[in-house]
Amino acid sequence: MSSATPKAVSAPLEFLDERVGLAKLVKSNLRKVFPDHWSFLLGEIALYSFIVLLLSGTFLTLWFKPSMQEIVYNGAYGPMQGLHMSEAFASTLDISFSVRGGLLMRQIHHWAAMLFIGAMTIHMLRVFFTGAFRKPREINWLIGTILLQLGLIEGFTGYSLPDDLLSGTGLRFVEGLIRSVPVVGTYVSFFLFGGEFPGDAIIPRLYPIHILLLPGLILALVAAHIGLVVYHKHTQHTGSGRTNKNVVGYPLMPVYMAKAGGFFFIVFGVTALMGALFQLNPVWIYGPYNAAQVGAGTQPDWYMGWVEGGLRIMPNWETHIAGFTISWNIFIPGVGLLGLLAVVMSIYPFIERWVTGDNREHHLLDKPRNQPTRTGFGVAGMTFYGLLWIGGGNDIIATTFHLAINDITWFLRIAIFIGPVIAFMITKRICIGLQRRDRDKLLHGTESGIVMRLPHGEFIEVHKPLPMEQAYELAAHDRQEPLDIGAGVDHNGVEAPNRRILRLRARVSRFWFGDAVQKPTAGELEAAHTHGHGHDDGHGELEAGESEAHRPEVGAGSGKTPT
Amino acid sequence: MRFGVRGRSRLNTGGDRGRPRLNTGGIRVGSRISAVLSARRRHRFAGAVVVMIALGAFGGAYALASPSSKASADAAQATQIEEGRKLFAVSCSSCHGLNAQGTNEGPTLIGVGAAAVDFQVGTGRMPAQQPGAQIPPKKVVFSDEEIAALSAYVASLGPGPSVPSKEQLNTSDLTDAEIAEGGELFRTNCASCHNVAGKGGALTWGKYAPNLTGSSPRHIYEAMLTGPQQMPVFSEAVITPDDKRKIIGYLEALKTEPSRGGFGLGGLGPVTEGLATWIVGIGSLVIITVWIASRGQKVKGVKGK
Ligand code: HEM
Ligand code: HEM
Repeated sequence: MSSATPKAVSAPLEFLDERVGLAKLVKSNLRKVFPDHWSFLLGEIALYSFIVLLLSGTFLTLWFKPSMQEIVYNGAYGPMQGLHMSEAFASTLDISFSVRGGLLMRQIHHWAAMLFIGAMTIHMLRVFFTGAFRKPREINWLIGTILLQLGLIEGFTGYSLPDDLLSGTGLRFVEGLIRSVPVVGTYVSFFLFGGEFPGDAIIPRLYPIHILLLPGLILALVAAHIGLVVYHKHTQHTGSGRTNKNVVGYPLMPVYMAKAGGFFFIVFGVTALMGALFQLNPVWIYGPYNAAQVGAGTQPDWYMGWVEGGLRIMPNWETHIAGFTISWNIFIPGVGLLGLLAVVMSIYPFIERWVTGDNREHHLLDKPRNQPTRTGFGVAGMTFYGLLWIGGGNDIIATTFHLAINDITWFLRIAIFIGPVIAFMITKRICIGLQRRDRDKLLHGTESGIVMRLPHGEFIEVHKPLPMEQAYELAAHDRQEPLDIGAGVDHNGVEAPNRRILRLRARVSRFWFGDAVQKPTAGELEAAHTHGHGHDDGHGELEAGESEAHRPEVGAGSGKTPT
Repeated sequence: MRFGVRGRSRLNTGGDRGRPRLNTGGIRVGSRISAVLSARRRHRFAGAVVVMIALGAFGGAYALASPSSKASADAAQATQIEEGRKLFAVSCSSCHGLNAQGTNEGPTLIGVGAAAVDFQVGTGRMPAQQPGAQIPPKKVVFSDEEIAALSAYVASLGPGPSVPSKEQLNTSDLTDAEIAEGGELFRTNCASCHNVAGKGGALTWGKYAPNLTGSSPRHIYEAMLTGPQQMPVFSEAVITPDDKRKIIGYLEALKTEPSRGGFGLGGLGPVTEGLATWIVGIGSLVIITVWIASRGQKVKGVKGK
């Protein structure tokens, strides 16, 4: 501690330092550098909204009664007087109408939940599109995948707690989903609900899961997640001075911490503002849950909307075997979609690694355009999700835009298969177009706006060479050629043993990288810069460059070798 | 008896709906009057004059209609039915047939009762304009007197539900508990199509259950009685008049309840809430992240280890 530090501060710090080695811990970690890019703050939004959830949720526990005991309501809300309802619902009404600040807290909690999962989603998209899940961060990606699933379940359990008509209908949906699992479904459902739906056990059971088990797990995993971010150090975008071996940015302490601390209050502020200004989940309008009722426009919260959409557009398929019904109409969209999300997200990094055979560490992020296939997959996935989302809100869309709900359903049944494919192709083309432009810029520089007439009458536009920094940024990534598996026979003419798998890999790799535009080689660059900047030869050169492969390269990294 | 009731309720609704309706009534009387009226419509005293005329007209109508003696009531009823028959022949018979027996274009109206006519014409659904998935409410084209005449005419063709009385529509004496009961009844019988807050909902093939927030108690009552278009009939035996009154009381209470917890986002539930999450919440946070990251770019260059 510096001598300028007042004793009141330095004494306790010294006390800690001498006992737990604080200074060393602090010094090594707080001088860690965190690069600066807006998209790196998205994970923080998730983190801070989780903290808001913990705080506001704790407030709610003080008044919420997780009981399905039936009582007669005689609280503050007039149009519910004398109704029979569960204690859970009555206590939610009390929180909303009788507890000071209760409604605000409920709305903050619920908005924070919506933002939490939204922030996780865009954070995940950021990580995906920039390739931040690559070695060595696969485990952190997996932790993130689990966090997302836990977040969905946590949100759903919370949404179910107030025992209003909407949440009860949501629980009914989940019960149907569980029952659709062949053979064990009914047993699992009876086990979970303690008998027939709705019973009087489900809310007391969901409560500890919602306030203790899942928040605990999420907290632990978030700690591990951020621990790993610190351990790996953060990735960074390409740029001059940034390599795979350094991190350019602010030191964690004090610059970054100050920013982060400020950002926490901003996230809290936005959540509080939304809680104060926008009504959310007005349970007093929905009324107490009653299995005989259901309202038009019943939807889950947005993060389950896509599964709801799957259910709504699914044809009504059922199989009857020996007196048992298998409800494919619920099983496929319900269990299938949630499973698909979990499986696809978990294995994607490993699939990509297998295809590229790339075993190197990556601390520099990809520009999405430089991975046309991955970016295409991402956009295809978003399209799939978005179409299902439309399905989930089909009734609201039908009434708002005066469409027939049946037409929307049929459109979606077809679009759900074609849409993602089209999105993939368009995205890939756009990426390749951007790659071409980058390559063009590297070879010919940027347009200067000056048009010149050559002695023989031709007009050309004068191109300026790119500034070094920009050129570096455009050329920092690796060239990625499709896997070359050679002739496949060794010098004795014998086929390699696992040739079939290798051939599959080569095919997938061709799909992945076959039509990506490669950045120019050093030779091409030199050639382009020494001979004139004529306009007419631009494209011819590009095409030539694409077919040219194994030449020395610019920038960091080297071509990969198949493993 | 029904006649007297009509007179009163007409008075009642005329007052409810206020100036614009009375204007339309005036325009139909004659083009001269209408020209004067439309020219003077925005005159400082226009409101007062219209109210005076209305009071005079309704007072007169009431005097005529009130059952001072059975003979004069019967006579008045007969002229009203006759007037209705004429209006019907001009405006409705092309679809429903000259004697309301029904055609390929429209159903028979024998036995649908005054309530059905009052609902269909009083909400502008009839006369229908163009075929579609469902006949939408539009601007009402008949005056209250004309609607009453049409209703009387159709009621005279065969027995059917009559227009609810003022007492049946009076919700002012309902207790909180009765209103709450109305809520339960609404959620059990109506919300599956009209949504728990009465905001409406989609049905198949472009049909829909309309938003009820703009519907008058009388029309809500009549809709339950007559089951227009896709809606089932909730007869007085299924939902008693008292329960109907409670349901209306609940819907009125929802309208007068303040929007608690802030701006209501259209009351459409999770879909609009999800949009708000992404557009307002995530949208503003992302803009803020961009702003934060753009501050102090110059300090860059610290190298990590
Ligand atoms: C509770 C939810 C989550 C929290 C609080 C959280 C928090 C964070 C934070 C603060 C960072 C560092 C800053 C940044 O790059 O944004 C980060 C990085 C990362 N997160 Fe998350 N995250 C969560 C969920 C996820 C999910 C759902 C995924 C993906 C499936 C994921 C994958 C990653 C990866 C791979 C990194 C390293 C990125 C890099 O170094 O560039 N996280 N996370
Ligand atoms: C990732 C974390 C969490 C998520 C996504 C989440 C989500 C939700 C949601 C959507 C609701 C329904 C709110 C409403 O009534 O409109 C809810 C209710 C509730 N949550 Fe959470 N929550 C989380 C964490 C917590 C924590 C940590 C606690 C307690 C320490 C908690 C306690 C409660 C309580 C008591 C309720 C019921 C009160 C009420 O509904 O008004 N929650 N939660």
